Amino acid sequence: MAATTAIVTAGKTRERPRGGMTKKRAIDWLLFIAVILGALVVMVPFYLILVNAFKSPVDYATSGPFALPQAIDFTGIQAFWERVNFPQKVWNSIFISGTVAVLAVVISLLNAFAIGIGRVRGRSWIVLLFLMANLLPQEALLYPLYYMFKSVGLYDSVWSVIIVFTVIQAAFGTYLLASVLGTFPKEVLEAASIDGATRWQILWRVVFPITRPTLSVLLIFFFIWTWNEFLIPLTFLPSNASQTVPVAISVLTGDRLMDVTTTAGAALLSIIPTIIFFLIFQRTLTRGITAGAVK
Amino acid sequence: MSVITRAEPGARTKLPPEQPSIPQRKGGTAGYWLYLLPGFVLLLVIVIIPLIFNIYLTFTEWRGVRTPEFIGLENWFKIFTDEDFWTSFTNSVWMVLAMVVIPTTIGLIVAALLFDVVGRKFGGKVGSFLRATYYLPQILPIAVAGIVIGWMFRPGATGSVNQMLAVFGIPAYDWLGQMPSALLVLMGVLVWVQLGYPIVVFMAALQRVDPELYEAAELDGANWFQRFSAITMSIIRPEIFVVTLTCTIAALKVFGPVYIITQGGPAGATLVPAYYAYTEFFTKRNIGYGATIATVLTVLVVVVSIIFIRVQNSMERKERAGL
Repeated sequence: MAATTAIVTAGKTRERPRGGMTKKRAIDWLLFIAVILGALVVMVPFYLILVNAFKSPVDYATSGPFALPQAIDFTGIQAFWERVNFPQKVWNSIFISGTVAVLAVVISLLNAFAIGIGRVRGRSWIVLLFLMANLLPQEALLYPLYYMFKSVGLYDSVWSVIIVFTVIQAAFGTYLLASVLGTFPKEVLEAASIDGATRWQILWRVVFPITRPTLSVLLIFFFIWTWNEFLIPLTFLPSNASQTVPVAISVLTGDRLMDVTTTAGAALLSIIPTIIFFLIFQRTLTRGITAGAVK
Repeated sequence: MSVITRAEPGARTKLPPEQPSIPQRKGGTAGYWLYLLPGFVLLLVIVIIPLIFNIYLTFTEWRGVRTPEFIGLENWFKIFTDEDFWTSFTNSVWMVLAMVVIPTTIGLIVAALLFDVVGRKFGGKVGSFLRATYYLPQILPIAVAGIVIGWMFRPGATGSVNQMLAVFGIPAYDWLGQMPSALLVLMGVLVWVQLGYPIVVFMAALQRVDPELYEAAELDGANWFQRFSAITMSIIRPEIFVVTLTCTIAALKVFGPVYIITQGGPAGATLVPAYYAYTEFFTKRNIGYGATIATVLTVLVVVVSIIFIRVQNSMERKERAGL
């Protein structure tokens, strides 16, 4: 999804000064209620997931989708858990997304160091070239990559997906970090250089620690983006043992026999990791952005 | 505003033509190429070579086994008379409506309300909470969103939407099985998923507004709409631009929701280029033709990006000239 900027600006949640909070007119209340109603509409599918995940099929048949469960029942969740071997899918997703996030941040940093600080010749073209990897429809690479992975034996290996997303995410990271490093305080670099530090040392002992907040934001978003990716894992990871959470759940959609409570249980299990991850790192994101805008 | 926000696809990528930031002992900037090496090699193997291979495939007939057979421009001629191809690109217009026009418009209004009315009169915490609520569908894997939606719009009495309508005496309906409801449901889902993105971006942008501006306008008797158009709109114009660009590209590339919710159906009515290329690759095994569709899509994405960036640059220039 086109979540690129959101993500990066999402952290900035500073509240404005709350002047005039007392003066509330009727129109304010009306608008307030309208915004809340909108939020409730947005939440409807989440509500349906939550209440139906804990219903027994019988309960669902009698009370319908909107009612609260009569008794908490785990058969739907359990059915999905066992059917797809859920822990394995979560592990696949964590392994793929985590590895991609780390590798893509490292590559982004190396690229951005050469572009933003080294200012290599033709750098705006280089940035554009990298950015293309992020912009292109994945379909334009899909079959050649499919063919390549099949010929080198990486097809159906999580590494195929890891390599592809490392490149795609690093493309965005390079673009973003190159301009952040372009404004890196020169005095700091000069001081390090006078002290006899090599480029490699400057990168890891000076640039890396100072940009760490921005890097951690990138890390988190590479993780979430990769976690949610669909087309490439769907194509390159056909077997049960290597599938990711989104692919596993989409495979079940084709299965018309699956009852509603199992579907809801599946959906609930699949969003929990993302939501937990998001909640844990919301603070990091906030800090990351404020500090990431290298003064 | 953070540096990061400006560093968006729409923004300028040129860096000042200075010397490297670290004083050079010998060899100038050449040594920095070493740092680009890993990134470059990966880019070459995973993006550039496959892209060229894909373009080559557009001139071939290939079932994915044995060697591709060169057939010249046949695939390219076929595209012009292929009705499904044109349907898929017409549907891209609907996707742009659902992923760009509607979410950006509603997002603008909601962001302004959250910031200006809720944030100021009901407290920033309430505003942040509501913003997070609107953002939630964005972190949901589209595959998960898809199966829940598919289940809500199930045909017959088991679908929850039909059950809800039954309360009002409306008979059950096969939402995803016929037109135009299938396309409308798909579009509705996309609006629902996308809405949080502009809201979050616009609200971050609104942090730049000096609260005194609003207060002054209010004292001068400007109503909410006047303040919205005069202050809000002008301040967040760069963000509107970025959101429009990124969402347009995403709308042209949309695949997951179509694959999961409608499978391009009923009878190809919700076909989009990405899904069409996918089925040519893996269902019909017309690799050459699938590659051609993917190439057209790629060209379209690149052209749209270039137009956007040009327009933005010329707008920026005008703005600077005006100052």
